[in-house]
Amino acid sequence: MSNIPDELSYTKEHEWVAGLDDGITVTVGITAYAAEALGDVVYVQLPEAGSSVAAGDSVGEVESTKSVSEIYAPVGGEIVEVNQAIVDDPSLANSDPYGEGWMFRVRIEGDPEDLLSAAEYTALTSGES
Amino acid sequence: MSRPTPLRDVHESLGATLTDFAGWLMPLRYGSESAEHNAVRQAAGLFDLSHMGEIFVTGPQAAEALDYALVGQLSALTPGRARYTMIVNERGGVLDDLIVYRLGDEEFMVVANASNYEKVAAELTDRAKPYDAAVEDRSERYALIAVQGPRAQEILATLTDADLAGLKYYAGLPGLVDGREALIARTGYTGEDGFELFVAAQDAVPLWQALTVAGEPYGLLPAGLSSRDTLRLEAGMPLYGNELGPELTPFDAGLGRVVKFDKPGDFVGRSALEAVKDTPPRRRLVGLVARGRRVPRHGYPVTKDGAVVGEVTSGAPSQTLGKPIALAYVDTGAEAGLAVDIRGSQEPVDLVELPFYRRNK
Repeated sequence: MSNIPDELSYTKEHEWVAGLDDGITVTVGITAYAAEALGDVVYVQLPEAGSSVAAGDSVGEVESTKSVSEIYAPVGGEIVEVNQAIVDDPSLANSDPYGEGWMFRVRIEGDPEDLLSAAEYTALTSGES
Repeated sequence: MSRPTPLRDVHESLGATLTDFAGWLMPLRYGSESAEHNAVRQAAGLFDLSHMGEIFVTGPQAAEALDYALVGQLSALTPGRARYTMIVNERGGVLDDLIVYRLGDEEFMVVANASNYEKVAAELTDRAKPYDAAVEDRSERYALIAVQGPRAQEILATLTDADLAGLKYYAGLPGLVDGREALIARTGYTGEDGFELFVAAQDAVPLWQALTVAGEPYGLLPAGLSSRDTLRLEAGMPLYGNELGPELTPFDAGLGRVVKFDKPGDFVGRSALEAVKDTPPRRRLVGLVARGRRVPRHGYPVTKDGAVVGEVTSGAPSQTLGKPIALAYVDTGAEAGLAVDIRGSQEPVDLVELPFYRRNK
């Protein structure tokens, strides 16, 4: 089983969202489950800092040896920061998906919807595996 | 439901990610496919290839039957040697690419791709009918384990007295490996030196374990289909279903040299292939190296000045080159100013000579 930290929120597209309880700015990455399914990540394209996104927008992509996946904005708002470290070293998505492998930060506008709890995401991924 | 190989339990105990490939449940990777790829380039990798088909053609006219059935001249093959060849249809379209081992004067083993061997066995049976030769699909009885990489010979030498140093590339000899009967072949699909071991299915697990132990001091890693694909791609080797198929001739794929028109007698596809052998194909198989980091993948269009001039057949990030690489069919004459349409964005690529990677001998 993949590591699914209790304190994070999740999307059906296998992203995690941190900092939701504090309300203003959240951090987003892809889950360990997603990273394991992709295999070695070799390229990450992220949105530009300062851009505005709506929840569900495709804002970037993650490529591995075998496949490519889109990254979706889990919440709407302004991209306030992107993680240059993972652009430079995409293997961070595999080695530390919930830490150094974070992807971008969003200043939330409006109410985030449809995010999953850790328990709900665990149920989702055990159904897929 | 995918068929397991005799090594399925071993793969599961190693934590492999398993995937369906051509109807078989195969290891995609055990850990990091990049580490597996690099192990084969720098040390050695251990592969389960038991999904491949082994078809035996035997009898007084086995050689003549294969000369008729395939594009190569197998009658010219010395016992103990092997040849890369193809089986084509009447139109010259490729039904499969094959390695044929001549085991004796009247005994050949045809190794076919997993996705094709039932079709190949049926075609060979049909084509051999006029000859005094028997065709038998023995795929179920055999497991195939490959040890590939610069340390492969040292590793295998710890388990066999066979004359590995004297075994040439594309040759095979029977021998004992860890006390088990094997056909030891110096062949592979990685661009490295290495061996393929054809053994009885029930010997697969103990042989795998013996090789794992023997290879440990040399840095051998179990390697899955993901790394096998990137290794063969770097080596510029075609994959049936990607670079080869029934709508393409060996000449389209730049492999016209496997067609032996000067052999005696007719062969299936001769007239169709003679008609195209001196005509440059509309599109030819080329290598592409991306300038950026986005990866051209199977099916993506190749463009020049906004017009489609080809299509990618295989693409992957290359560990060895540090850049994405691809094989593609591209219009003859289109060489400079090429791009690959990667999800709507024209990413520049450079056309290069194949292979992308050649080992130091």
